Amino acid sequence: MKRASPTRQRLSALGLIGVPLLTYPLITLPEGSLAGIPAAYLYLFGVWAGLILIAALVAESKGK
Amino acid sequence: MLSGWFVALLSAAYLALLFAVARFGDARADNGRSIISANVYALSLAVYCTSWTFFGSVGRATSGGLSFLTIYIGPTLMLLCVGTIVKMIRISKTYRITSIADFIASRYGKSQMLAGLVTVIAVIGVVPYIALQLKAVAASLDVLFEQSGHAEIFWGLDSTFLIAVILALFTILFGTRHLDATERHEGMVAAIAFESVVKLVAFMAVGLFVTYGMFGGLGDLFQRATASPELGRLLQMDETRAGTWTTLILLSGLAIILLPRQFQIIVVENVDESHLKRAVWLFPLYLLLINIFVLPLAIGGLVFFDGQGVNPDTFVLTLPLARGAEALALLAFIGGLSAATGMVIVETIALSTMVCNDLAMPLLLRSRWLQLAKRQDLSGLLIGIRRAAIALILLLGYIYFRAAGEAYALVGIGLISFSAVAQFAPVLFGGMYWKQGTRAGAAAGLMAGFIVWLYTLLLPSFAKSGWIGNGFVEQGLFGVEWLKAQALFGLSGMDEISHCLWWSMFANIGSYIVVSLNSTPDAVEASQAERFVDIMRHGRRDADARLWRGKTSLGAVVELLERFLGVARARQQLQAYAETRGHADWRELPADAEFVHFAEVELAGAIGSASARVMVASVVQEEDLGLEEVLDILDEATQVRAYSRELEFKQRELEAATAELREANERLRELDRMKDDFISTVTHELRTPLTSIRALSEMLHEDPRTELTDRKRFLGIIVNEAERLTRLINQILDMAKLESGRAEWTTGEVDIGEVARESMDSLGQLFREKGVALDGDIPAHGPLVLADRDRLTQVMINLLSNAVKFVSGDGGRVSVKVAAEAGRVRVVVADNGPGLTAEECAVIFEKFRQGGNTMTDKPQGTGLGLPISRQIVEYFGGNLWAESRPGEGASFIFTVPLPAPEA
Repeated sequence: MKRASPTRQRLSALGLIGVPLLTYPLITLPEGSLAGIPAAYLYLFGVWAGLILIAALVAESKGK
Repeated sequence: MLSGWFVALLSAAYLALLFAVARFGDARADNGRSIISANVYALSLAVYCTSWTFFGSVGRATSGGLSFLTIYIGPTLMLLCVGTIVKMIRISKTYRITSIADFIASRYGKSQMLAGLVTVIAVIGVVPYIALQLKAVAASLDVLFEQSGHAEIFWGLDSTFLIAVILALFTILFGTRHLDATERHEGMVAAIAFESVVKLVAFMAVGLFVTYGMFGGLGDLFQRATASPELGRLLQMDETRAGTWTTLILLSGLAIILLPRQFQIIVVENVDESHLKRAVWLFPLYLLLINIFVLPLAIGGLVFFDGQGVNPDTFVLTLPLARGAEALALLAFIGGLSAATGMVIVETIALSTMVCNDLAMPLLLRSRWLQLAKRQDLSGLLIGIRRAAIALILLLGYIYFRAAGEAYALVGIGLISFSAVAQFAPVLFGGMYWKQGTRAGAAAGLMAGFIVWLYTLLLPSFAKSGWIGNGFVEQGLFGVEWLKAQALFGLSGMDEISHCLWWSMFANIGSYIVVSLNSTPDAVEASQAERFVDIMRHGRRDADARLWRGKTSLGAVVELLERFLGVARARQQLQAYAETRGHADWRELPADAEFVHFAEVELAGAIGSASARVMVASVVQEEDLGLEEVLDILDEATQVRAYSRELEFKQRELEAATAELREANERLRELDRMKDDFISTVTHELRTPLTSIRALSEMLHEDPRTELTDRKRFLGIIVNEAERLTRLINQILDMAKLESGRAEWTTGEVDIGEVARESMDSLGQLFREKGVALDGDIPAHGPLVLADRDRLTQVMINLLSNAVKFVSGDGGRVSVKVAAEAGRVRVVVADNGPGLTAEECAVIFEKFRQGGNTMTDKPQGTGLGLPISRQIVEYFGGNLWAESRPGEGASFIFTVPLPAPEA
């Protein structure tokens, strides 16, 4: 039987990490603002962009 | 000023451009040079961003703050589950599945009933969503014209109707150009990808203009918002909305796969599984970019139009217009048009395929009319049905738009559609991973979920529009309190979407599981379940072929294919198939199980798996395999797989064992070679003293007149050489014993200091004779080690006699040092002789290796003392090595571990 590919497993794991990071109650943690921009806004877009970046690194790596 | 004609011309030009892109894509596909690259595929997924995103997100952000983001975070997380999507693509490619209805129907025994049910749910759920797109285009036209003082009626015609007609024509031209065996539309995908770029650019342009042109940047906008308590609320993450937040992430995550247009783009239009790797991050990146300016636009609009009652859904257009940036407003309009047309085109194509294959075909196949036309080529009829279905769906959308009018906000409709298609999730994912799911269970689950959705979400939305009385929402059905549509069984305090999702999923999953476990699948269901769930495993073909038994003729099956695919296409596919089976001409193909399977899959691509099953059964005399038999065959297939896995495992074991044996063999050869070397060295070493003994004895024997002094000298040499011979033989025997492990050891507690002192005493005479100083640094009561006393003495004496051999007679000095250190005793025998090079330090422990130059000097030992000493020390768990530099004397050091302290 073929093992599930490591790339797919890594991406799924990334998705699982994303769920608690992008839902309540963690998203209420950032408070205040940075350079006039609310921390919640920065947090959501920052975590989101981070997930995309890691997904890109994992998906585009040649070592499959 | 924007004239109506100008806008109409611009829209027409844009649609023509789209048309050209699609045409180009199709032409390339026909030439076999697909333009669908990973990037195009990823961008085409952005058909997810409809006008609901383009206009509606801003509207939603004005009331819900950041919660609009959930609609885009859900898909991001869902797409990361690449494994599931790859499995769906693999299944769909293998069985030529062309729609989500077909997928579900095929899994549950190619059931026409299920296919129809899914189609009905999809049409009812999605038509309002299409209406929403028409409404968005109409509303954006209104905004453009109102601002420039034009009437909203165009050429005396309803502009929305015109848009619907144009979209229908466009969709028909590209969606049903020909009846492709896999229902792939590369030109359309290219056009959709192009549109995705247009809407992103348009939205970003408006966002940048408003944020940096009308206001002082992001910081400025957010500061204005925090200043007002009304707007500041939008920036807070409200704990009470936690449930809604999670619900929306779940809902949108499901929608990204289950919406008919998303299934079409992700699964059916996929050319290459590896494209997913790009989509998995590029599409979320697209979503992120298109959302950055949503909240700033919402705040900007609320600040700018404070209290003027401008509809927030139109901020994207009204903000640039308010500043007189008409060109930008036009770009925004084109962006919105892109979003709407993209969605409508793909959605209607997906729905028309479902309506044609899963509603129209089953009815037509039963009707007498089609039986009469049995000889006719039906591929034209199929295309006709699809075109009619496209027109019909758009007409329905238009009617819904007319009827609903302004009754319900844009945002609501989108989520109602999402909740409708979410009902497919349990049967779809269950079907892919759970073999026990049955047709009855799937139908029950879908029905239950659909009814709950209808009652708690769709009908209340009708009631809000005033089409039906809202008694069932306010007082409950028949006045029964716990039947209130949006507080079912008293479950209140949730928003309506979460409420609907919770109850519908409860009903759906519950019914699916309970009914599945209490019903028996028929033979087709059982085999389909096996095929879907185990799609990623190898060796499926055998079972596929054995799951069908019957009789047919090649001609009958070919005729069937020609009727539905058209003669040219059918022959082309047959030829390609014949070549894979090694026949030059398809007419030579045997009419066996594999061929019938091929024909059925081919047909499924055109008319859906359920209808294909019925048609194939009509020309083939099938032997009905009972459930038992099917399960036996599947069992057998599973067993064969298990055996082959076992064999594979055994083979790997054998390979490992072979490798081990080979290694052992290598080692043995090496040992054998070493033994040969040893023997030839030993014989050489033995021959040297023997030769001198023999030569001297012969001299004495042959010449009796030898002088007494010579005679004495000769005899002395003979005695010495004989002693050396004896020593050599003793040591060789000793060495052999040590190496073979047969040496006798009497291990006990030994005072190592005492051993050192005794050895020094016993060799004292030798040292004094040569005039070498010997001193010791040894504790009075020495460390105690576990060892064999005699053997340790042997090592000590060997090291000391070596040392005395190599130091010079005058000024020579040898010192012995015994000291306990961490866990071991360290004994050093140091001399001030000529010393050794680093290389010599290593080789000196090899057998028959002697210190000094053996070529010129007379050998002073046997060359076995050090190897034996090393063996002994290592036997006690210690080490023996030499440290030296040329000219600086040498130290021979050995260690013996101290016994572990009693715990």
